[in-house]
Amino acid sequence: MPLLKPILSLARVSRDFDVSRPWLNRVLEHEPKRTLRAVDGVSFSVEPGETLALVGESGSGKSTIARLIVGLYRPTEGSVAFSGRRMQMIFQDPYASLNPRWRVRDIVAEPIRVLHTKSRVDELLVQVGLSPDDGEKYPHEFSGGQRQRISIARALAGEPDFLVCDEPTSALDVSVQAQILNLMSDLQSRLGLTYLFISHNLAVVSQVADRVGVMYCGRVVELAPAAQIFTKPRHPYTRMLLDAVPDLGMTGKPRTPVAGEVPNPLAPPPGCTFHPRCPYANERCRTEVPAVINNVACHAVEEGRI
Amino acid sequence: MILEVEALKVEFPTRRGTLTALDRISFSIAPGEVLGVVGESGAGKSITGLAVIGLLEPPGRIAAGEVRLEGRRIDNLPHEEMRRLRGRKIGVIFQDPLTSLNPLYTIGRQLEETILTHLPMSKADARARALSLFREVGIPAPESRYQNYPHQFSGGMRQRVVIALALAAEPKLLIADEPTTALDVSIQAQIIALLKKVARDHGAAVMLITHDMGVIAETANRVAVMYAGRIVEIGGVREVIHSPQHPYTAGLMGSIPRISAKRGRLVQIEGSMPRLNAIPAGCAFNPRCPKRFDRCVVERPNLMSTGKEGGLSQAACWLHAAT
Repeated sequence: MPLLKPILSLARVSRDFDVSRPWLNRVLEHEPKRTLRAVDGVSFSVEPGETLALVGESGSGKSTIARLIVGLYRPTEGSVAFSGRRMQMIFQDPYASLNPRWRVRDIVAEPIRVLHTKSRVDELLVQVGLSPDDGEKYPHEFSGGQRQRISIARALAGEPDFLVCDEPTSALDVSVQAQILNLMSDLQSRLGLTYLFISHNLAVVSQVADRVGVMYCGRVVELAPAAQIFTKPRHPYTRMLLDAVPDLGMTGKPRTPVAGEVPNPLAPPPGCTFHPRCPYANERCRTEVPAVINNVACHAVEEGRI
Repeated sequence: MILEVEALKVEFPTRRGTLTALDRISFSIAPGEVLGVVGESGAGKSITGLAVIGLLEPPGRIAAGEVRLEGRRIDNLPHEEMRRLRGRKIGVIFQDPLTSLNPLYTIGRQLEETILTHLPMSKADARARALSLFREVGIPAPESRYQNYPHQFSGGMRQRVVIALALAAEPKLLIADEPTTALDVSIQAQIIALLKKVARDHGAAVMLITHDMGVIAETANRVAVMYAGRIVEIGGVREVIHSPQHPYTAGLMGSIPRISAKRGRLVQIEGSMPRLNAIPAGCAFNPRCPKRFDRCVVERPNLMSTGKEGGLSQAACWLHAAT
């Protein structure tokens, strides 16, 4: 791959949240402050024009990373560097992210209120597969998929080159999801967009991503080209996730169910956070946090045990 | 057959006219069989489940048709009798386990009470049965968790508790409405495996309602595909997934992303499902159908044999009309 200057890079980014009880309770009950580390020392970079996907289960820190990148949160440690022109975000819930009292035209024009022209708004609506007449309507007159098209039109209004998409199709039905994913991929090739795509759905990710980062308990445990993640996963957690996805080809075949659950983020296990569920865990995994070596954070992979 | 539904029609009278939420649907489920009911939001999946268990929210009502459990008609039973039947013969599992559990009672007490309500048993026997049910659904160390409250359990564990509750009285029919939708993938697989085991071990008929074709593929024996309040296709799970006979099913299958090594385009069905107050004449799918012809616009197709699976596979599509 030619060495392009990354459009976005994260260097050892961590984010803590204060989850202490109220001050009075703490003082009366002699409790210390408690913090929850939602993102723990994450580093990666995104090349211009690619789609980098982050996958993980709930509580893995995916959405916190999205919010750190667009500046809705500040990192507790580490830094986020952006060298593109402008970034925008597409949210999961197209019902909550559009103002119900505004006409679609005003919603789409909001980021460019100073210099917007009617023709620009029309162009944006057509670009996402709506008609210019739709601009006069209100959000409630649209279905979920059409609302997500409106959110995309709004995100594109300021001509961003980088879009952070946090579960953009999770609230949609499959046939509508297909329409939106195809639209996003068309827009990417037409406008040269770069996407950071966040999803819990591995099948969706395999359709859209060039590279995939797998998150577990606030850390990126494996980051690799999509083809490699889906054919030769290395980290035991990635393997487990791929085994767990209900698959259309699985009719009637037995499967090995996954053991255990995601640990409590307030009291994550020491060492590798995945060790209580990992079939390859040994003493080192229980005590020492694995560093990311060749894009995988796993002692067993590093030692050549798997 | 444990459950037989025949030409069931559910209506919602509104100020602007009557909406038909279910339009003459028929299906049946045999003992030990898992029937998957799939469709997109608004297709009528959940309404089907609610109509079967007699929990339609008024003003919704069954306007025509019959529901029979073990040959006995249950759609016209009085409320009280239906309520007893629900815990005893029909177990229900909803999407969000928190809404099915009482936050103020320990899980042990909730299960014990459910058992005592439906089965003639001493308190000690009920407790023993509760513990063995918890063990069966995979709750580790049930003795020590017996006195725990629902909030002390994770989402996956809560769903196991709900399944134990549904099984309390050895029901003949289990209705599971999106039982895995609120759960993470790794937990989802565990719950799917549990549902399959339960259907097999208890010989119960299971109606699994979900929008997730992957879950159906792994759990169900047969599938009914719903669209705009009608069943458009019904057949064996393998056949429906790999050689769909209705153009809607074919489009739906193509639009489901599958894990693959490279990026690709998904098949897309243009437009969206009609609202209940604007269902087109003829076949409800005709405005979106790539194979539409004259008859589809004027005449409504009922389920007809597709000639596959020895007549068990049926689709509501004029493409399969015997000419």
